[in-house]
Amino acid sequence: MTAPDRVLLELKDVTKVYGQEGLAVTALRGVSLRVAKGELVSIMGPSGSGKSTLLNILGCLDRPTTGSYLFEGRDVCRLSDNELAEIRNRRIGFVFQTFNLLPRSSALENVELPLIYRGLRPAERRRRAEEALGVVGMAHRTRHRPAELSGGEQQRVAIARALAGNPGLILADEPTGNLDTRTGEEIMGIFQRINSEMGVTVVQVTHDPLRGRQTRRIVRVRDGLVVDDGPVPEAEFVRAGGDPAPSRVREAGESR
Amino acid sequence: MNLWESLRLAFSALRANKMRSFLTMLGVIIGVAAVVALVSVGTGASREVTAQVQALGSNLIIVMPANARGRDLRVADAAMIEQRVAGVVHAVPYLSRSATVVWMGRSVDTRVVGSSEGLAEVQSRQVGRGRFLSSQDVLYRREVAVLGEKTSQALFGLRDPLGQEIYIGGYPFTVVGVLARKGQGGIFTGDPDDQVIIPVSTAQRILGTTRLSDIYVGIAEGASADLATNHIKRLLELRFGDPDAVEVFSQEQIMAALGTVTGILTILLGSIAGISLLVGGIGIMNIMLVSVTERTREIGIRKAVGGKNRDILAQFLVESVIISVTGGAVGIALGALGSLGISRLGDIPTVVSPVWVAVAFSFAAAVGLFFGIYPAMRAARLDPIQALRHD
Repeated sequence: MTAPDRVLLELKDVTKVYGQEGLAVTALRGVSLRVAKGELVSIMGPSGSGKSTLLNILGCLDRPTTGSYLFEGRDVCRLSDNELAEIRNRRIGFVFQTFNLLPRSSALENVELPLIYRGLRPAERRRRAEEALGVVGMAHRTRHRPAELSGGEQQRVAIARALAGNPGLILADEPTGNLDTRTGEEIMGIFQRINSEMGVTVVQVTHDPLRGRQTRRIVRVRDGLVVDDGPVPEAEFVRAGGDPAPSRVREAGESR
Repeated sequence: MNLWESLRLAFSALRANKMRSFLTMLGVIIGVAAVVALVSVGTGASREVTAQVQALGSNLIIVMPANARGRDLRVADAAMIEQRVAGVVHAVPYLSRSATVVWMGRSVDTRVVGSSEGLAEVQSRQVGRGRFLSSQDVLYRREVAVLGEKTSQALFGLRDPLGQEIYIGGYPFTVVGVLARKGQGGIFTGDPDDQVIIPVSTAQRILGTTRLSDIYVGIAEGASADLATNHIKRLLELRFGDPDAVEVFSQEQIMAALGTVTGILTILLGSIAGISLLVGGIGIMNIMLVSVTERTREIGIRKAVGGKNRDILAQFLVESVIISVTGGAVGIALGALGSLGISRLGDIPTVVSPVWVAVAFSFAAAVGLFFGIYPAMRAARLDPIQALRHD
């Protein structure tokens, strides 16, 4: 299948049980999954299927109960909280359905956040954050606070934050779930672009079949198990429209 | 994340909730200001007492009737002490009452002291004008008076008091002298510049008593105060047949006793104020707990992007320490101002001692650290997944 040096992450027979005995809830019942570097993947499934749990484990926010998870060759189960924080900080970017930006901080400060925890000097932080904001077409709104931005703009800032640390993996939990269709298209366009142009691996969780067909591979989860896993046929792949980032003209026309 | 970033972060969080931060800080400000101001009163009192006792002179011993089973001291006891106790230069009888002194229809309420010619030396007093009492005055029960400087001012103003006739309790006295101003040292005897000194024999007659209030004993330079004190005690024990009839203190003992009292006063005032500082600390903890709950989602975000537990801990701990340290600094300034105000308005000497300022400040910082740790640990231990779901 994939050459070993191309493997980004690998789950082997991972289970996750919440709570103590008697009241235990099994969220994952034995999931095996391998994602190569540069992939663009959707995880799909009904609510309660365990896809959020899967995403949390992939993102090193949580550890499997049993089974193993290798991220870039390191066994996540054996790492300390600090080492997991380090991986999240340097190798993984998160994008959430509800954006999760710090409300009191400007767009620029939000994007700088992971770089602060990395200990970079202010000038370097700023340069990288501005660069990341440029990639998502937000270079002109760096001083605005989240409340002064539209939903789509907030999600772009969130993507810039995920991108700023130059990670190997971006995990997105329903990234278009709180956005209207057109804005959702734009966000998907950004994901496709950073995947194809910058080679960043993107794994998203989604309900929406269209959003699924905008990625290259769909992993279907049900009742804590992977029930289907396969590439999106080239004929079905949908290129997301409306990523306006490169075009300044269109940005200006949109701004209120 | 380095300390500078933590400070910047903490300041911006505190600025975001100005009113709340200020009110929390106010608890510490009041606590520290109270410690500084109240302890300055205690320290001032203790300095004052020490100065006054020292002004009495190190060669002074005071004999007074014991409170409970007190016996009467008489002039003969003073004479006996002067004759029989080694090292004693003077043993001066001392009888003090408050009285009204009248001159030409002007009257002044003051203290009348019956004593003898040795008092000036025992109390280290200088005569400003005229003369002091003489042994003849005491022997012949002369109706002569020596005035304190303030008393003289109050009665005569700028006129010459010497030779004037004043009335004490209806009896006429001739003013023979005015004492030079002393300024301090009134802790046992009242204001040393506001009194009228007359012969003890005359005083006993007009008051109709044979008792004394105290006996002031002056010992020779280089003589042992302890030896003399013990000797006087034994002598009077023989005389009264009761070891507890009188109390005998040397200056050193008085100093030690009063030092204990003022020390207790200072500690008492300091602890009362310290309690308010503690309450301020509880206020910090309260607000920090609220703040952690409010910012649960923020904590989740920070952890998700790679904030370590210790980064989160530092963030909240630095916030509470900033509150307490800033409160401490403002409190010291306010406390010093308050201390100045007390000394001006209340005419009480106050001393802001650097040691206590340092103690109050460190205590405030420690309070911030101590009461900040629990909320900060709660923040640091939050599960990032739970925290991100929190709304």
